Amino acid sequence: MTSAISVSGLVKTFGQTRALDGLDLSVDTGEVHGFLGPNGAGKSTTIRVLLGLLRADAGDVSLLGGHPWRDAVQLHRRLAYVPGDVNLWPNLTGGEAIDLFGALRGGLDKRRRADLIERFQLDPSKKARTYSKGNRQKVAVVAAFASDVELYILDEPTSGLDPLMEAVFQECVREVKHAGRTVLLSSHIFSEVEALCDRVSIIRQGKTVESGTLTELRHLTRTAISVETAKPITGLAAEAGVHDAQVEGTRAKFDVDSRELDHVLRFLTDFEVRTLTSAPPSLEELFMRHYGDELQEATVS
Amino acid sequence: MSVFTGTGRLVRLAIRRDRIQLPLWILGTALFVPVVVASVRDRFPTDADRIEILRSAVGSPALLLLRTAPTGASEGAMIMFSFATYVAVLAGFMSTLAVVRHTRQNEETGRSEMVGATVVGRHAGLTAALVVVAGANLVLGALIALTLIGYDQPVAGSVGAGAGTAAAGLVFAGFAAIAAQITQSSRAANGIAAAVVGVAYLVRGVGDALGQVQPDGYTMVSAWPTWLSPIGWLTEMRPYEGDRWWVLVLPLAAFAVTVAAAFALTVRRDVGMGMLPARRGAPDAARALLSPLGLAWRLQRGTLLGWGLAMAAFGAAIGSLSQTVDDALAENQGTADTITKLAGGGSADLMDSFYAAMMAFYGAMAAAYVVQALMRPRSEEAGGPAEAVLATGTGRLNWLASHVAVAVGGAVLLLVVGGAATGLVAGLTGGDVAGQVVDLTGAALVQLPAALTLAGFAVAVFGLVPRFSVGLAWAAFAISLIVGQLGELLGLPQVVRDISPFTHVPAVPAASVAAIPLIALTAVALALGGAGLALFRRRDLAI
Repeated sequence: MTSAISVSGLVKTFGQTRALDGLDLSVDTGEVHGFLGPNGAGKSTTIRVLLGLLRADAGDVSLLGGHPWRDAVQLHRRLAYVPGDVNLWPNLTGGEAIDLFGALRGGLDKRRRADLIERFQLDPSKKARTYSKGNRQKVAVVAAFASDVELYILDEPTSGLDPLMEAVFQECVREVKHAGRTVLLSSHIFSEVEALCDRVSIIRQGKTVESGTLTELRHLTRTAISVETAKPITGLAAEAGVHDAQVEGTRAKFDVDSRELDHVLRFLTDFEVRTLTSAPPSLEELFMRHYGDELQEATVS
Repeated sequence: MSVFTGTGRLVRLAIRRDRIQLPLWILGTALFVPVVVASVRDRFPTDADRIEILRSAVGSPALLLLRTAPTGASEGAMIMFSFATYVAVLAGFMSTLAVVRHTRQNEETGRSEMVGATVVGRHAGLTAALVVVAGANLVLGALIALTLIGYDQPVAGSVGAGAGTAAAGLVFAGFAAIAAQITQSSRAANGIAAAVVGVAYLVRGVGDALGQVQPDGYTMVSAWPTWLSPIGWLTEMRPYEGDRWWVLVLPLAAFAVTVAAAFALTVRRDVGMGMLPARRGAPDAARALLSPLGLAWRLQRGTLLGWGLAMAAFGAAIGSLSQTVDDALAENQGTADTITKLAGGGSADLMDSFYAAMMAFYGAMAAAYVVQALMRPRSEEAGGPAEAVLATGTGRLNWLASHVAVAVGGAVLLLVVGGAATGLVAGLTGGDVAGQVVDLTGAALVQLPAALTLAGFAVAVFGLVPRFSVGLAWAAFAISLIVGQLGELLGLPQVVRDISPFTHVPAVPAASVAAIPLIALTAVALALGGAGLALFRRRDLAI
């Protein structure tokens, strides 16, 4: 499998601020890659470096086999970008903006354009000045998906979209994935990332803190278990990997490190398990764990 | 809660936002006083000197059109003759920009929606803007009056000069308040308000140029158009020469009427909307739009149309004066020196000198347009759609060069329109339409290299220091204009005047076309523009 985006050791500073501090990112061709991080973590800066809008200070960046700064124009013909904050020309209509972006990118599929405008319920004859944030976002999303490109770079593309439109957006991503295209999706919406992404990278303060498939990442975190047994449970809290155990006779609730799950279940069977529910960690919990430290640091200091 | 609740807080907010901008406008404008006083004292120290120069001036419609009709030979009157209308124009721009900044621009950016949701009355925003602008004009007027008194000018005349300037500023603030209600974008509101200032200047110029010379041979009574203009009201107050205080009633009444109209309009529309309903547009783009050049043209054409109409009107007005000028010149041989000096040429043909002075004016307009047009790439880049455009197959060079092409093409077009309109109307009244059109269009185009030099500078600073480029480009324009067009008036040394590209433009048709300065200016423009393009390719996008 070839790599559509490969970034290693990326550094970008703005004056005194070190926005990216040795960031790594690897996106395989044909996958939908989630790109997560709190506000100000450097997601948009990374994307702008990938687009050749900003110049990297250090590190290796390769995009579709080319150099994002040197080969910017050639690479841009092969990708579509939806910025996080869509700014349009107030006196152009949405339809004109879609056609313009399509043409500047090297052409767009008229049928697909009409189909997407229909699905996103966009009125293309209104001037951009009168669009709400969600409608401006739709213009950029329609312009991107109406283009026949290899790579879609989407920076929080669904901010401002209602849940129905969010569902349409997810369909669109699945369609391009099905057609073998690559998607880099920066998002704060966990359900969206969980529904769409093959792999995710979590960044914080300009560095990659986790990267992998959701399964792999889940493995790094805890599963919540609630169990009822025939015999009273004893010694659970002392088992390796068990946290926050609340034991009341034959009932127990606890979290367990996912890699210790197998061993803890074996331990429980000695007490004759009657019922057991396990809740796999959501991406949100995974995410909060990484920011949790930040919260903790903030409260400590 | 009344409709004015919260005005005080909004006034403080506006002052906080303008704490650098407005003082700069006020001080910069008031700085004219010491410079002009020094120049008048240096060059025309006695009554006899002043009467001599004014005797020639009354015969020069170009000079009367640009400045004003002289009212007397006292030092104070000479100072007013030198700069009153320029100061009124500056007060006008200060006022219109500030009113739009605190009204329509707030609505356009959505700030007033946030503010309007707090405990703030419906009229508070506009009231606060007008209070701040009225205050700025009062400070400016007081500063002008005090400075003039400090230079031993009579108190009454000095106060009149200050009050008249402040009153002119107020009238333009009133018109800007109306413009801010009508349009939906602050760009359009600023355009309408600036047009009002320009028309006011031109209308009084025509009235002054057509004025009656009095029996003493050096003072004038302006023709009726001067009375239609807020700038004319300042000069008709005749500071130091009669001090007609009652004229102040006109601007104050006009301010009251325009402000009342603006308030009446605010209650008839919704926040964020204009009076003119938003029209629907094409659901698909025309082929012509689908390229960087097509986009740049689409974004710039409205501005260019406005400038083109202004240039055509101005050119036609100048052309229509030509016959009058010709007659006046035939009568008054003493005018020769003044006009040729003003035009900087050595020709004996006085009509040509008149045209040369006007061509310099067209050159300044073309330069103002080209600088304004080249601010567009910056506004597209800073929080605009440039990020998304440059993430498509559009190269940076292609994108910026498209904007430069439209701006430069527009400047050429404006000069052609100005020259041709002048020639056409002059030809229709005086004969030889074809000859006049060709000659004056050519003469206008001689101004192009100076405008291009400022365009090159604008591109260079955009490439080098994007965040400061707007201020630097306008500062370069203002300095070039003051040093180049007013250098003689202000008595600046030649070394300083040489900084301005306008200084190096030959005074065609009074002087012959000198190729070397034009080639040199063009070379400088190309070097600056090329450097700007190269720098833009290499820098980060400053979003």
